[in-house]
Amino acid sequence: MMATDPILCLPASIDPSLLLGLSQAGYRLAVTDDVTPSEEPVLAALVSARGGLDTAKALCAAVRNSSEDQIPVLLLVSQSDVSSLDHNSGLFDDFAILPSSAAELLVRFARLTAGRTGSDSDTVVAFGPLKINTETYQALIDGRVLDLTYMEYELLTFLATNSTKVFTREALLSRVWGYEYYGGARTVDVHIRRLRAKLGEEHASLIETIRSVGYRLGQPSWANTTLS
Amino acid sequence: MTQNDYVLRTVEERGIGFIQLWFTDVLGTPKAFHITPQELQNALEEGMTFDGSAIDGFSRMQEADVLARPDPSTFQVLPYEGTGSEIARVVCDISNLDGSPFEGCPRHTLRRVAERARSGGYTFYVAPEIEYFYFSSANPATGPIPLDRGGYFDLSVGDVASNLRRRSVKMLEEMGIPVEHAQHEDAPSQHEVDLRYTDVLTMADTVMTTRLVLKALASAEGLVASFMPKPLALVQGSGMHTHCSLWSNDENAFADGDDEAGLSTTARQFMAGLLVHAPEITAITNQWVNSYKRLVAGHEAPVSIGWARSNRSSLVRVPVAKHGRRESTRLEYRAPDSACNPYLSFAMMLAAGLKGIEGAYELEPELTGSLGGARPLPSNLNDAVDLLENSALARETLGDHVVEWFVRNKRAEWAAYKSEITQFELDRYLPTL
Repeated sequence: MMATDPILCLPASIDPSLLLGLSQAGYRLAVTDDVTPSEEPVLAALVSARGGLDTAKALCAAVRNSSEDQIPVLLLVSQSDVSSLDHNSGLFDDFAILPSSAAELLVRFARLTAGRTGSDSDTVVAFGPLKINTETYQALIDGRVLDLTYMEYELLTFLATNSTKVFTREALLSRVWGYEYYGGARTVDVHIRRLRAKLGEEHASLIETIRSVGYRLGQPSWANTTLS
Repeated sequence: MTQNDYVLRTVEERGIGFIQLWFTDVLGTPKAFHITPQELQNALEEGMTFDGSAIDGFSRMQEADVLARPDPSTFQVLPYEGTGSEIARVVCDISNLDGSPFEGCPRHTLRRVAERARSGGYTFYVAPEIEYFYFSSANPATGPIPLDRGGYFDLSVGDVASNLRRRSVKMLEEMGIPVEHAQHEDAPSQHEVDLRYTDVLTMADTVMTTRLVLKALASAEGLVASFMPKPLALVQGSGMHTHCSLWSNDENAFADGDDEAGLSTTARQFMAGLLVHAPEITAITNQWVNSYKRLVAGHEAPVSIGWARSNRSSLVRVPVAKHGRRESTRLEYRAPDSACNPYLSFAMMLAAGLKGIEGAYELEPELTGSLGGARPLPSNLNDAVDLLENSALARETLGDHVVEWFVRNKRAEWAAYKSEITQFELDRYLPTL
């Protein structure tokens, strides 16, 4: 299972700013009130106790029963509910206190899923719809295989590993091509254009041009639409 | 990870059934042999030996065997559908058995000139505009039959050729070949695909790939994509106008904002080199008997030597830089046709331009008004071959092996052509003489 498989969020009343933070970090979210979602596999469940702790516990149990895999469950509770939590119930794996931050949830998710995803977390670089397996050298966009040349692969992997960070052409040249390359920074433009061609119209904008600076793997186009 | 690891692993992961090893003969005909994934590692490490004597321009007196050495940076899975198992291609350089570059390998020739430019601090970027026709048949007996009567930039819906062109462009993009622009051209059933600039060696590979993709997709529809320079007598032929620029680090060495035409001294000297040496390189950029049927007055093809900013019949055109942007400053060399060998054509163009820089050639004044009085380009293959044979620049750039083979081959083509009685002669002379 890869790091961008959907996270199930129950119920839909979870704070949108938290969801936005998670989606910007490259997680795909499925916000739902339905505990047996059609979308599989599910990486983890985020259950909010905002509707009452008992409802939340019932949802946790439903998630536990919905799949043979032990889907990690992260329960969001308010400060006042903490004393009522029974950590031995097995209904959830970890909890966070509201109001929480996306940063906190990301750390907790990473910890919860580290064991599950096994070696994948080391070998899969993911960003939004893009997944790169650095062991098999395969890149997927929305599940479709991208047939890349070696340099295209290296460039895309570098950008994905450092997603949302802007790199100048010179930085990309020296870090991706290596210092001995003498083609000049225009080489970077040429390869970016080739990558965009291969990503296809729909995903070409994943690689953003930052005017008079350089390039970055930018915010995936679905990040806002998922929540709207 | 090395490039070879990447290629081998990808072949395994993608379930590639065959790998095509691509190379090009001296006339620019694509050649390939297929190997299985089991052979690939060996091919990448040691190359594949084959008998070159049957390949145009590869035969030699002493040794027939040559080595195809795959260039792993060109490894690309081919997106053709319905072939069963996946196929990938790798472009090869041809070497002698001792590993030294084979003198008949066009890719080596181009690389050598590109490296010379590099040692002078320049990278050569090119962007060709490839014109071609779609015909419903390539049967010489019936002649070419155009699919439509459309004209320049015509926008029509539901027409077979335009749909085909669009799908071809999509496939090119999927293969990492960015297309700047594609359109219906002037003549009936004539189309144009403009490729986005890239370094010259990659572009020569890309031109070969583009022609193959356009042909393959047309053929799947029972149609023919033809790059013949002048298939129809009364309309314009298929050129491969090539936009050129030299870059020095990240600066366009052709641009000078203070100059009236926006051109630097380097650009002027490069252009002067192209103009001075144009006659002797025409046999390479226009290598067929038929090429010279395109180079006639009245169809926007160049016939004489000169440069201009606005005249679209001039040999070298200086396009107006977009919004005065320095990076788009370039020269458009308009002689080559779509059936040239891109490796050797680009090599000769670059060599001619570099000669102009090295020799600080003086650029002649811009053509204004009519083209009358300008030096002519060779008007047939025979004259062009004479000029090539005596060209020091061609010997230096292509080497004796290629020049001598090429001259022999083209003299034979000319001799065969000369002995033909054409329809023109029958129509004109038989009834009256």
